Amino acid sequence: MASAAEPRTFPQLARRAVADTQLRRNIGNATQTIRTKRAAVVAEVPDWEELREAGRSLKEHTLRNLDRYLVQLEESVTKAGGQVHWARDGAEATRIVTDIAKRHSVKEVIKVKSITTEEIKLNEALEDAGIRPFETDLAELIIQLGDDVSSHILVPAIHRNRAEIRELFMRKLGLTELSDRPSDLTAAARSYLREKFLTVPMAVSGANFGICDTGTICVVESEGNGRMCLTLPKVLVSVMGIEKLVPTWEDMEVFLQLLPRSSTGERMNPYNSLWTGVTPGDGPQEFHLVLLDNRRTDVLADRTGRQTLNCIRCSACLNVCPVYARTGGHAYHSEYQGPIGAILTPQLHGMDAAASLPFASSLCGACYEVCPVKINIPEVLVHLRTRAVARSGPSLEKLAMGAAIRMFDNPGLLETAQKIARIAQRPFVSDGYITGGLGPVRQWTRARDLPAVPDQSFREWWRTRR
Amino acid sequence: MRVALFITCYNDTLFPQTGIATVRLLERLGHTVEFPEDQTCCGQMHSNTGYGDEAIPLIRRFVKSFRDAEVIVSPSSSCVSNIRTAWLRTLADTGDEALKRDVAEIVPRVFELSQFLVDKLGIDDVGAYYPRRVTYHPTCNSLRALKVGDAPMRLLAKVRGLDLVELPDARECCGFGGTFAVKNEDTSVAMLSDKMRSVLGTRAEICTALDSSCLMHIGGGLHRLRSGVRTVHLAEILASTEKDFIHGERR
Repeated sequence: MASAAEPRTFPQLARRAVADTQLRRNIGNATQTIRTKRAAVVAEVPDWEELREAGRSLKEHTLRNLDRYLVQLEESVTKAGGQVHWARDGAEATRIVTDIAKRHSVKEVIKVKSITTEEIKLNEALEDAGIRPFETDLAELIIQLGDDVSSHILVPAIHRNRAEIRELFMRKLGLTELSDRPSDLTAAARSYLREKFLTVPMAVSGANFGICDTGTICVVESEGNGRMCLTLPKVLVSVMGIEKLVPTWEDMEVFLQLLPRSSTGERMNPYNSLWTGVTPGDGPQEFHLVLLDNRRTDVLADRTGRQTLNCIRCSACLNVCPVYARTGGHAYHSEYQGPIGAILTPQLHGMDAAASLPFASSLCGACYEVCPVKINIPEVLVHLRTRAVARSGPSLEKLAMGAAIRMFDNPGLLETAQKIARIAQRPFVSDGYITGGLGPVRQWTRARDLPAVPDQSFREWWRTRR
Repeated sequence: MRVALFITCYNDTLFPQTGIATVRLLERLGHTVEFPEDQTCCGQMHSNTGYGDEAIPLIRRFVKSFRDAEVIVSPSSSCVSNIRTAWLRTLADTGDEALKRDVAEIVPRVFELSQFLVDKLGIDDVGAYYPRRVTYHPTCNSLRALKVGDAPMRLLAKVRGLDLVELPDARECCGFGGTFAVKNEDTSVAMLSDKMRSVLGTRAEICTALDSSCLMHIGGGLHRLRSGVRTVHLAEILASTEKDFIHGERR
């Protein structure tokens, strides 16, 4: 149970975020910019709807045959000289990675931006084992240096402005002079990171795709820092959720079109890194692939929930979500934010950790409309709401919902209730509107007036016509 | 045509004028309107809040009330979209195969008002008169779930005297979302304030839509601001004729 001092539910965290006008402006402007860019490049593709359908059906096919494809991927990776590890949950996955680091007596590892490693809290586990992880993605570096948490799955530091980043770099990187020009900030990060790329012997990455027929792993990123991690160190460990499989090399053409246009609004991604096992004398000489379940097989077993596993982490749903635009990512209290976070978090971390998230949506459907792999997020949200209600104890809401059903299932009772409401509302009515009240009415009337129940219902009027 | 009206619990209780307008309009167009009196509610609030199973008796009630109807018309896009998109999903795990069959059979006969007029009857000029500056908010359910397309705009464009102004960022949700408006009050109100800014920016006198629920949210906010801008359901605009106005003022 969260203490009162430490709000954890979405409405509590959102209340704080919504009141922060600077944050609302930052997030609103940033998402608007990405949204406009995305819409323009998507409109250029004449067969975008067919591509979406191809992406969805490829994902569904892969998930339906996941057992077979996982074995195929393991065989391909092993044949190419890599080692495959299976992790049931986060604890197993982090143990596998720290054991590899210990075996090589590594004290530092460099990291490619990876939400999967955030999901399993890998950085904390490495630190507990005396190993320092260094994030190399610029935004992740900003988050790590600031002891902050990510607020967007693609743009983790979306909530930070340049002045804040300048101040952070000066303090944490020991710089005496630095402007807030993007090029200067990037240069400061580059000189700090370059030393790490050249000296740290082990890297940890996530994976956007794992190609089964070739055993190739793919990471898609914008800065090239990821590529440095993937090529320079001696040991490379990639942690990948088991849902990220793609059957064949050819299938990549679908996803390498859908992903960059949906996520950053680019026609093609700046860095698409693909690696297959090990090559003597070139690149990492030891490659480990950690295949992570962490409740994904439970999600797969759920008829409505399983489409969540189609997600390619493009973040288009965050950028169009009117709720996300007002609250930012921290209100979701998860490494997965926005509409996809609202359905992924309760399924991967359990409803106990996230019972308020399925309700953090007005069900406007913009996320479904934009999703490149057609995840019906509103449908899954409603499905998870049912689950959240089923596992919660007795409540006023349940009583009220039960009473409402008895009323709605009896036209006579509904009429009586209408008549009672006309009388009960009297103290709060002025000018035909209710401006105060109790319970949910009060939640409503804090900022909005509520029309008073009129003297005649429709059905009463209907009877007067006869 | 014999048209059975599904008024919805919401319009019945809070916005009877929407139903009265729907009846007047359909009768003016030469249809016979029936109102099965044992109808109540489609169960949208329950299913959307996570109480889908509880809504099943209401589905059963609806089927009983409207079984014999030729067409069922409702001035509420969210209730129609709930019937069309959620009912069979809600019933998926129940063993009541007869009810599933009944629902599958009845759903194609259920129409949202503007879709009924434009897509089913092929009318866009309903002979209405409404001398007001009006902006149209495409509610999320009409826009995305029901895909009403330009049906409401085509109807509004033919209303005499009406000055139709485009709403900026029209596709953005107003923040109502059923129980979301109460459960996530702060976020809902933040969304509302942006929607109100858009509405006020048009200098329209009236904001219209196909959902009394969203209009209640927007209208409630506009009333709190004492803005003078009102929300009116599309059915009321379409039902209005010159006889309802004297020198531009409503009788």
